[in-house]
Amino acid sequence: MNRKIHVILTICFIFISAAIQANDLLNNPPTGATILKNIDNNLHVDKAITHTKMVIYRRNRINTIKAKTWISGKYNAFTEYLYPLREKGKKMLKLGDKLWTYIPEPSDRIITISGHMLRQSLMGSDLSYEDMMNNDPLTSQYNAKVIGLESLLNRECLVLELVAKLNGLSYERRKLWVDPSRWLPLKEELFAKSGKLLKRTVINEVFKVEGRWYPKKMTFKDMLSKGKGTEYHIESIEFKKNIPSHIFSKAALRK
Amino acid sequence: MLIFKLAYRNIKGAGIRTWLNVVVLSLAFVLIIFSQGMIDGMNEQIITTMQDTEIGGGQYWHHLFDPYDQFTIEDGHGELPVKLQELVNKRLATPMLWVPGSIFPDRRVQAVVLKGIDVDQTIIQLPSDKLKINDKNIIPALIGTRMAKQTKLKIGDFVTARWRDKDGTFDATDVKIVHIMSTLAPRMDSQQIWLPISTLRQMIDGKGHATVLTLKKDIGPVPIVDKWIHRDLNYLLKEIRALIKSKRVSTLIFYGILFGMGLLAIFDTQVLAIFHRKKEIGTLMALGMGRWSVISLFTLEGSLHGVLAYLLGAIYGVPLLVYTSTTGIPLPEITDEMGIAMGSTLYTRYGIPVLLATMLILFLTVVFISFLPTKSIVKLKPTDALRGKMA
Repeated sequence: MNRKIHVILTICFIFISAAIQANDLLNNPPTGATILKNIDNNLHVDKAITHTKMVIYRRNRINTIKAKTWISGKYNAFTEYLYPLREKGKKMLKLGDKLWTYIPEPSDRIITISGHMLRQSLMGSDLSYEDMMNNDPLTSQYNAKVIGLESLLNRECLVLELVAKLNGLSYERRKLWVDPSRWLPLKEELFAKSGKLLKRTVINEVFKVEGRWYPKKMTFKDMLSKGKGTEYHIESIEFKKNIPSHIFSKAALRK
Repeated sequence: MLIFKLAYRNIKGAGIRTWLNVVVLSLAFVLIIFSQGMIDGMNEQIITTMQDTEIGGGQYWHHLFDPYDQFTIEDGHGELPVKLQELVNKRLATPMLWVPGSIFPDRRVQAVVLKGIDVDQTIIQLPSDKLKINDKNIIPALIGTRMAKQTKLKIGDFVTARWRDKDGTFDATDVKIVHIMSTLAPRMDSQQIWLPISTLRQMIDGKGHATVLTLKKDIGPVPIVDKWIHRDLNYLLKEIRALIKSKRVSTLIFYGILFGMGLLAIFDTQVLAIFHRKKEIGTLMALGMGRWSVISLFTLEGSLHGVLAYLLGAIYGVPLLVYTSTTGIPLPEITDEMGIAMGSTLYTRYGIPVLLATMLILFLTVVFISFLPTKSIVKLKPTDALRGKMA
């Protein structure tokens, strides 16, 4: 009997705590700018090596692409594609706002991806090169406002509305569902100027690496098209590795 | 007259050999004239169609715009300068605005160019007036039959269009297909969707913007304007003229080979005739006929093949040429897929000076080829000829 009462009290306590926490978040939410700053800080990577997998759901087939990426700060990244065989050996280098891809033999060519080419799809996925290149912190691009509280993936999330504070950003409005205990945007929606929903990103799984929460599996979806979108899996991530600087050079593309 | 009678009797006597030569030659004559007419017809038809449906009397392009580089379309537009706006106000030109974008028929992405056109324009043959609708909540769109086939869109369908404004920010809305036009120009149809230019300007936040300004046919001198490049008809038709020229050359090579075979047959006939008829040549010379008269006789015999070929060619060629210039030749769909503005039927065109010049050149070639083997007669002695010997 005592045991039953104990269980009931524990459940009640959890619910009451959650309700109090939710009420507290709703009544005294952090400011939009603080939330964006916390997200930027949490997702910032100083130096890291990642192994990723991209699953692209196309009309008639599913493409899986695996890659290893060396990251140095917000602006430098070097990616080597490992799978499938037809993509193996392809490399991509990002230095600031410049991007190059290397196609191995028989082409053996380095192509600069610039201007409007950045708006093309990345390997047929729902992501564009431009989406991948966007390094600037959200705080510098958008004004944010908390507009509500919603439960998502069993987590209480603050709902933020972001409005561009600069001209020329790809998306004038965004909506974020932010888990305030992990500072992760579990869901993001990108809107056209007219208000039409264009893209949706959902973080399906998270993992804790060296004391911070990081997305493990994300789904990107172009909301105007059919299909299941593109899944992006971070299979492993190692922070604070010493990465030699020569990796982030054009010469490394042909090595 | 004697030479003519003798020549006629001789080629008539040659029987089937003569007719074989005549048939091959007539075939070559008719086909060469037909191919000239076909190329001229193609040239005229493409240029007329392009002028009517695409380029009018020339165009102005925004200085950053290059229609052959799709990456220039996004930035290749700007506000029309005053001098060009005056042409628009006087109805001597019509502006067009090109914006790269995507549409999602049946929620499948398709890259398109959103093209804005003045709904009241009359400069080019495009039913832009169909874009005039009363409902201000609907954005009307016009597509061509090829585009309708590619996207499976029908009149009354709504389709989502996505584009970027002049600063690069995404925007999207639904547009309604109000008309499906049939145009001879694939370049005004495939992978594009036409909207009222005023609406498209609002959509990209580009007041007064245009990419191309198409001028009225026969407009005369036009002003020079900073940052807008005038492209005259010579420039706009340069590629199509080069294409037609290369087509003309390749066609003439093909039929030239056929004509060469006919000429070879005449040459061969002449050589054999001179070889076999040495005694006849000797007799004619012994009877007092001069060397040049004998040469004329043989040359005339050869040339008569040409005359007969023309007569035979006229019997079946004239109806064929008249038929192809009035009823036309149905073209395969591939010409449309190649992006050539020509329509589904090609009408051949025969200019009298070109026709006469072609016939004269072909006939003179036959005469020359007939004459060539007869040169050996100059050196022939009548006594040797009578004995059947060549000099």
